[in-house]
Amino acid sequence: MASIPQTPAKPQLGGLAGKALGWVDDRFPLSKLYNEHLGEYYAPKNFNFWYYFGSLALLILVMQIVTGIFLTMNYKPDAKFAFASVEYIMRDVSWGWLIRYMHSTGASMFFLVVYLHMMRGLMYGSYRKPRELLWIFGCMIYLALMAEAFFGYLLPWGQMSYWGAQVIINLFGAIPLVGEDLAIWIRGDYNIGDATLNRFFAFHVIAIPMVLLGLVAAHLVALHEVGSNNPDGIDIKKNKDPVNGTPLDGIPFHPYYTVKDLVGVVVFLGAFTSIVFFAPEMGGYFLEGPNFVPADPLVTPAHIAPVWYFTPFYAMLRAVPSMLGSQFPGVAVMGGATLILFTLPWLDRGKVRSVRYRGPIYKGFLTAFVVSFLILGYLGVVPTTVWGQLPKGVPMLGGVDTATLVSRMLTIVYFSFFILMPWYTKIDKEKPEPTRVNY
Amino acid sequence: MKTLLKNFLAAPLLALTIAGPAMANTEEVRLDAAPINLRDQPSLQRGAKTFVNNCLNCHNAQFMRYSHLTQIGLTEDQVKKNLMFTTDKIADSMVSALDPKDAKEWFGKVPPDLTLVARVRGADWLYSYLRSYYRDDASPTGWNNLVFKNVGMPHILHELQGTQVLTKVGEKKGHGEHMEPVMKLTMDKPGTMTPVEYDAYVTDLVNYLTYMGEPARPQRTQLGVIALFFLVLAFFATLWLKNEYWKDVR
Amino acid sequence: MSAIVLDEVDPKKRRILIAASAGVGAIAAASVAIPLAVSMKPSARALAAGAAVQVPLGTIEPGQMLTVEFRGAPHWILRRTPEMSAQLAKNDGLLSDPDCKSSKQPSYVKGAGRSIKEEWFVAKGVCTHLGCSPTLRKEIGAADLGADWPGGFFCPCHQSKFDLAGRVFKGMPAPLNLAIPSYTFVTDTLLMIGEDPKGA
Repeated sequence: MASIPQTPAKPQLGGLAGKALGWVDDRFPLSKLYNEHLGEYYAPKNFNFWYYFGSLALLILVMQIVTGIFLTMNYKPDAKFAFASVEYIMRDVSWGWLIRYMHSTGASMFFLVVYLHMMRGLMYGSYRKPRELLWIFGCMIYLALMAEAFFGYLLPWGQMSYWGAQVIINLFGAIPLVGEDLAIWIRGDYNIGDATLNRFFAFHVIAIPMVLLGLVAAHLVALHEVGSNNPDGIDIKKNKDPVNGTPLDGIPFHPYYTVKDLVGVVVFLGAFTSIVFFAPEMGGYFLEGPNFVPADPLVTPAHIAPVWYFTPFYAMLRAVPSMLGSQFPGVAVMGGATLILFTLPWLDRGKVRSVRYRGPIYKGFLTAFVVSFLILGYLGVVPTTVWGQLPKGVPMLGGVDTATLVSRMLTIVYFSFFILMPWYTKIDKEKPEPTRVNY
Repeated sequence: MKTLLKNFLAAPLLALTIAGPAMANTEEVRLDAAPINLRDQPSLQRGAKTFVNNCLNCHNAQFMRYSHLTQIGLTEDQVKKNLMFTTDKIADSMVSALDPKDAKEWFGKVPPDLTLVARVRGADWLYSYLRSYYRDDASPTGWNNLVFKNVGMPHILHELQGTQVLTKVGEKKGHGEHMEPVMKLTMDKPGTMTPVEYDAYVTDLVNYLTYMGEPARPQRTQLGVIALFFLVLAFFATLWLKNEYWKDVR
Repeated sequence: MSAIVLDEVDPKKRRILIAASAGVGAIAAASVAIPLAVSMKPSARALAAGAAVQVPLGTIEPGQMLTVEFRGAPHWILRRTPEMSAQLAKNDGLLSDPDCKSSKQPSYVKGAGRSIKEEWFVAKGVCTHLGCSPTLRKEIGAADLGADWPGGFFCPCHQSKFDLAGRVFKGMPAPLNLAIPSYTFVTDTLLMIGEDPKGA
């Protein structure tokens, strides 16, 4: 074994190509960048299914930017022409329908992938020291993504676009004292109109994408500084090869994880393609029926709900009753539900990172958290009357919508996952971590 | 771990399947499934003719160009001769001769544009709606509809379908103790078509409306099959590559 | 022991597999890039707007010119008088390409007049130099154009001169004669620009 090289031989470029690379390297750290981020970036060898979603999110980001550029070539951010210009793209522009469906499907898939990516972070403790900043950049990406989706959703200028934006902007109107003026400032008009559409377009195509790109770069730089976590949650840098100093459980990202992620990309594209070509509306979840009616400020659609990726927070918003004649508490709860994610690295007092070695209490809380998030997501798309009302005889709660009550309880579950974390992670009975990863 | 993973993946799918029917049933009417087939070009052509002769008198389809009708197996000359009455430019969009101002005066509101109606309502809704008109003397037009309560549009196809009325055929137990009548549509005065003929006539129209909602759809599904075949190929190619490299990892 | 052990490497097999995956990737990239590129071609609306235009000829007097827009560019319909037509053949010696060997024109446009009917001159009014639209200067011997000016078109941008059949004079910045679009007479008084005559 000793005679076998322990790391893959670096490709040596000879001749002209080698000279050209040398010329560039003297002026720009090309080889250095390649080695730091791909060729000699050592990632734990035990990545599982959950580790595909980072690279997939990056793929979708690129896809959204490219299809977005081509959509803006034909889209008109003008209240008079916006709706018609989308239909123009769908009908008159060659392949316009494909570009538009890729973009609309990409938006939903972006959230799906990011949610799974965040789930991975929760399960394996990827937010723990020293990855706090990595986690915070990630949370900021998530917030930017929500803003991007919200601004973009107005652009087709259909009924759902219009009334969805109406509801969300009025959330800001609920803020005490300044709310009313703030909402008018955001809209640039007394009601949502041409000015709103035009500025949302600017945010959607320029401002937020630039922020997103910057945050993604920061996220990657932070990741490559501290190194990737893994399903066992242990630090692979603790066990290094005495000869060449590389982690014993680490493998170079390229070629091993590039070829592995490639398989993940193809599988993802299979799902993506199936939706784009066979079910671009995804049963009304990715593209909603009422959004094929041009925006009409005088008529609200019969059933209005946000796009699926916002519904857990929307359910929380609806669940909180107004207090002292203000709907602000609901808005505060909804905002808090996203902002509380930032505090996670400092709430966790467990000794181990990965759910594999956590105790039963943590596992219970995590499951309850995920289940409540999913049920809240479901309750956000249906009317509050979906499960009927509690019987009149029940004390205190008789006649209350069952779904509203359930939403309230699940909102409490959602928050207690965070708020109680310092307590339950400390008393939990954890298993000992292994010294080397399971592979 | 594996089961945990499975559960996480299954839950959103489950939520989707539960939510689906709940979304569709905003109105408590059971819709009939429209037996449409977008590959049936003769049906699409008949539907286009019905659309032009009946709907286009008052409604627009402003995003649809006549020239796109060559996609459903018609030549430009056929389109010009049989389907174009308000314009002679093949690339024009399907706009009614009716002035929106007159329409507002006559009907109280401008009849909605129908280009995307199938995407808004769905084929089943349209199919049920066009077959659910009944005589109702209480309504200003003399017509009402089971699927679309107090609809503003009269039953312009009644000469073909005949006149239906809503009659009580029995009772069932409703909420609480009182009995609720069970109502059903019955044919009062037959039209020039038999019910079977009329259903086929409406099917053609709904088929056309569905096509018009998204002219790219036939091409889309066709390409999808090719794309998926290619991705299966790509899957094996990349999987093989990955397995070859991962032999090194111990 | 490190995680990577290179004792089963078959470089040839790996090269083949990389080539296969790269091929698949190239096809995938192309199948996205091509629709994106094609989407930048004129849309159905642009094609509809660029469809052939009909021009009624009834109101144009001899010696008069009508300018119509076709595909966003000015197109001229000049009704030449017999004197104008007669002058064309005399210009040959002054022109850089009198026989229109390298000019852009349909095959059914013939002779020194470069037209289907001698009386009707149809041309795309865009200078072949840098795209300005020349003006009609039909007055013979105009003061600013010289005593030997035989009547024609003059481009204000870089002073290119063309005769009344759109042929460029020698030594001008413009390299080619003015282009002639495809056109046809639907009837004697109705012209259609953008469509070839039947059978042509």
